[in-house]
Amino acid sequence: MLLKTENLGITFGGLKAVNEVDFEVERGTVAAIIGPNGAGKSTFFNLMSGFHKPTTGTVTLDGENLTNLPAHKTVRSGMARTFQTTNLFMEDTVLDNLIVGHRVRTKSNFFDAIFRTPRLRREEKESRERAMEALEFAGVDRLANRTVGSISQEAQKRVSIALALATDPKILLLDEPAAGVNNEETEGLATLIRKLVEHDYTVCLVEHKMSMVMGLADKIMVLHHGEKIAEGAPKEVASNEAVIEAYLGAGEEEDA
Amino acid sequence: MAALSKHWKKIALVVVFVISLFVPVFVQNDYFLGIIILGYVWAIATYGLNILLGYTGQLSLGHAGFFGIGAYTVGVLTVNYEFPFWPSLLLAAIASSVLGFLIGIFALRTRNEYFAIFTLGVGFVIYLVIERWEGLTGGALGLIGVPYPEGIGPIQFDGPESIYYLILGFLILTIYIAWSIANSLVGRSFMAIRNSEELAAATGINVGRAKQLAFAISTGIAGLAGGLYATYIGFLGPAIVNVPTTFEILLYLLVGGMGSLSGPLVGAFLVTTLFQFLQQFEAYRLVILGPIVVILIIFFPKGLAGLWAALETRIKAMRGKGEMSGDAGASEEPAKEEAK
Amino acid sequence: MELFLQQLVNAIALGSVYSLAALGLTLVFGVLRIPNLAHGALYMIGAYVTYFALTSYGIPYIVAIGISAAVLALIGVIVERLVFHPLRNAPHTHHLIAAVGVLFFLQSGAQVLWGSEFREMPSPFTGIVNVFGLNIGQQRLVVIFASILVMVALYLFLKKTVPGQTIEAIEQDRTGASLVGIDANRVSMMTFAISAALAAIAASLVAPINLVFPTMGEALNLKVFAIIILGGLGSIPGAIVGGFALALAEVFSSTYISNAFSEAIGFLFLLVVLAVRPTGLFSKGA
Ligand SMILES: Nc1ncnc2c1ncn2[C@@H]1O[C@H](COP(=O)(O)OP(=O)(O)OP(=O)(O)O)[C@@H](O)[C@H]1O
Ligand SMILES: [Mg+2]
Repeated sequence: MLLKTENLGITFGGLKAVNEVDFEVERGTVAAIIGPNGAGKSTFFNLMSGFHKPTTGTVTLDGENLTNLPAHKTVRSGMARTFQTTNLFMEDTVLDNLIVGHRVRTKSNFFDAIFRTPRLRREEKESRERAMEALEFAGVDRLANRTVGSISQEAQKRVSIALALATDPKILLLDEPAAGVNNEETEGLATLIRKLVEHDYTVCLVEHKMSMVMGLADKIMVLHHGEKIAEGAPKEVASNEAVIEAYLGAGEEEDA
Repeated sequence: MAALSKHWKKIALVVVFVISLFVPVFVQNDYFLGIIILGYVWAIATYGLNILLGYTGQLSLGHAGFFGIGAYTVGVLTVNYEFPFWPSLLLAAIASSVLGFLIGIFALRTRNEYFAIFTLGVGFVIYLVIERWEGLTGGALGLIGVPYPEGIGPIQFDGPESIYYLILGFLILTIYIAWSIANSLVGRSFMAIRNSEELAAATGINVGRAKQLAFAISTGIAGLAGGLYATYIGFLGPAIVNVPTTFEILLYLLVGGMGSLSGPLVGAFLVTTLFQFLQQFEAYRLVILGPIVVILIIFFPKGLAGLWAALETRIKAMRGKGEMSGDAGASEEPAKEEAK
Repeated sequence: MELFLQQLVNAIALGSVYSLAALGLTLVFGVLRIPNLAHGALYMIGAYVTYFALTSYGIPYIVAIGISAAVLALIGVIVERLVFHPLRNAPHTHHLIAAVGVLFFLQSGAQVLWGSEFREMPSPFTGIVNVFGLNIGQQRLVVIFASILVMVALYLFLKKTVPGQTIEAIEQDRTGASLVGIDANRVSMMTFAISAALAAIAASLVAPINLVFPTMGEALNLKVFAIIILGGLGSIPGAIVGGFALALAEVFSSTYISNAFSEAIGFLFLLVVLAVRPTGLFSKGA
């Protein structure tokens, strides 16, 4: 198992936003987390990636215990994530947004900057190259010099994924990578995720678009009110009574 | 075309540099030269603030306090203890930077407006300590007779001209530091934090440590400016450390342009000299500057540097249309491709 | 003992002024998320308006305070419309910087118009009252009672009237309130008007004891920020409790420790509290 959580949970002022969830993702697969709005999916991501400190449980990535590590250290350990709402810097170019993505793998400090050391030059070059590679991988390299604000939603989603890639991760946590893009573009993003897996990355995604999840995921976990109510292959989950009830109970808010 | 404008920028830089070298030759009047020197000193302090506010997005309202720590370190050491100037200046920068680093440990636990207000409190407490610790700082009367720097080899610092070159040298050093930070992965980390702390953390940046570093650099530069101020003016009073000085430095940065390399110099120099030369308006200084601050922050939050950049792109766009319509068409293509 | 009681009364009077001024600041912060660094300048202008109403036009003191509150309410609205409204979606640093601009303008404007000399505000309440063997200046009693009156009025306004309730609603839940269809613009202007009026009343009440001068709001500005951070930015009870707490700490440390220390104590306390709890003493999420 590449990623493993045990009893992972958090309480916000009495509300159990995530309640003792056991979850595993195998290397080189796509795992999906679904559930109605407010189910705790994003919070679960936040727990794994160190944005929230869990009240219970542990997180392990590739045998390394990440529980209670701050966010930047989980990234160093190989956990990269995107956010539900894109928060790239709109006024900068795509490339400028991306270069800093490789910062976590570099060592140059203030003194390198002042004395323009060879290490700084090497790492600058490396970061730039890694950024271009990631953009190329995500199919947006030709937009490198455009400002983020001037490119489409879908392209921004791809840039976000490229940014995560630039950190050289073992696993990518993608929070609703296809929110707010049309069906055709969703298909394109699904292809990108497949490509990630083909290149030995592991992906864990939260997504409301069922068609995308069904076609992509090797396994699905369903959260409801912070609890894991089902887990398994897409077909099993789709026919699970508890899941159907949870979604019906939530009033079918989800996209197709 | 980008290459061309870079070329022009280099030429402009050299021209400015050469002019700055000859300033004491043209400006024979010590009073005017003094105004320019002070403009440089404030520019240095403004570069310090820019690293924290402009690059890293953290508004410190205690900047004058650290300027004061630097100024009084030099003042107290040279006047009370007859310490030589140069080690005092070094200590001034180190002391303010270390103090900034230590205060940053706590200050940076707070965020946004809390950070601004925390640092406001820090600045005010520094001011009170300086004003009230009469035995050390001379209290409200201040310190008199801060000496000019000792000569280095054949170079003597005995009048405004030599001080001018001294402070010009430190200004260039400061600009170099600012430039090298901006053009490095360190600076990119700072700017990532300014843009979104969350995203910065998600790309693996140690946000707390980076902010701490920015704060220490910023306060260190403020201390350096303070130390230079002390030796040039020769007299220190507590007022210079008080909160309004922070506001003035903030104003210089805003006018010049937060986050830009030339902004602090342009802003500090322009505002201080302009108003010194218009002495009859001295009383109206802040009455005029207040609304300018408001207008700038609403309409041109990037200051003169931002205006200049906007102008540049517009000129480029116009040239692009006029001379190389083919080129412009080609550059629009990716947009179309992407729109479909 | 007598000194203690005497100083206690002084502290309560000072605390009421601090509380009033802090209430205005915390309202603007709670409702609009604007840390209005120009609050101290509004306070100062309020004192001048009362001063001129009294001295140039011979208007009775209490009426003059009312006029000053009204004038400052208007100025508050103007500042909101011209400065903070256009910045409503800007980053928080921009609010702070704009507020500094307003502060510059008002403070140096006062200096240019009225000079930087210290002016004494004449008040009809110059007598001394003997309460339980203590000699208390009438003006201090006026300060205390008027402040309590204003605070009660503010409380009733916020709790019992419709416009007041809309302010509270936004303060408690911004998104929810906009869903219910509350006109954010009106609330915003109203909040600024109340805030500035409170500052004006506070300044006018204390001015006969202290003096009127262009930088009179400077120290207060910092203090009210200390108060509302301690009390929790946006918290009304916090502002009141914080105001009295700071006044007590200041008055008694100056009596029993030293003057210099008493000026710094608020800030030292502020720094310690924020170092331990980065979002203030009574905030919810720390
Ligand atoms: N920082 C926080 N403080 C308090 N409550 C929170 C916090 N973050 C999330 N919550 C609450 O936890 C619950 C789960 O939220 P979460 O964002 O994880 O849902 P989600 O499954 O991602 O929903 P969506 O599909 O709408 O994105 C919600 O009730 C939310 O209000
Ligand atoms: Mg979510």
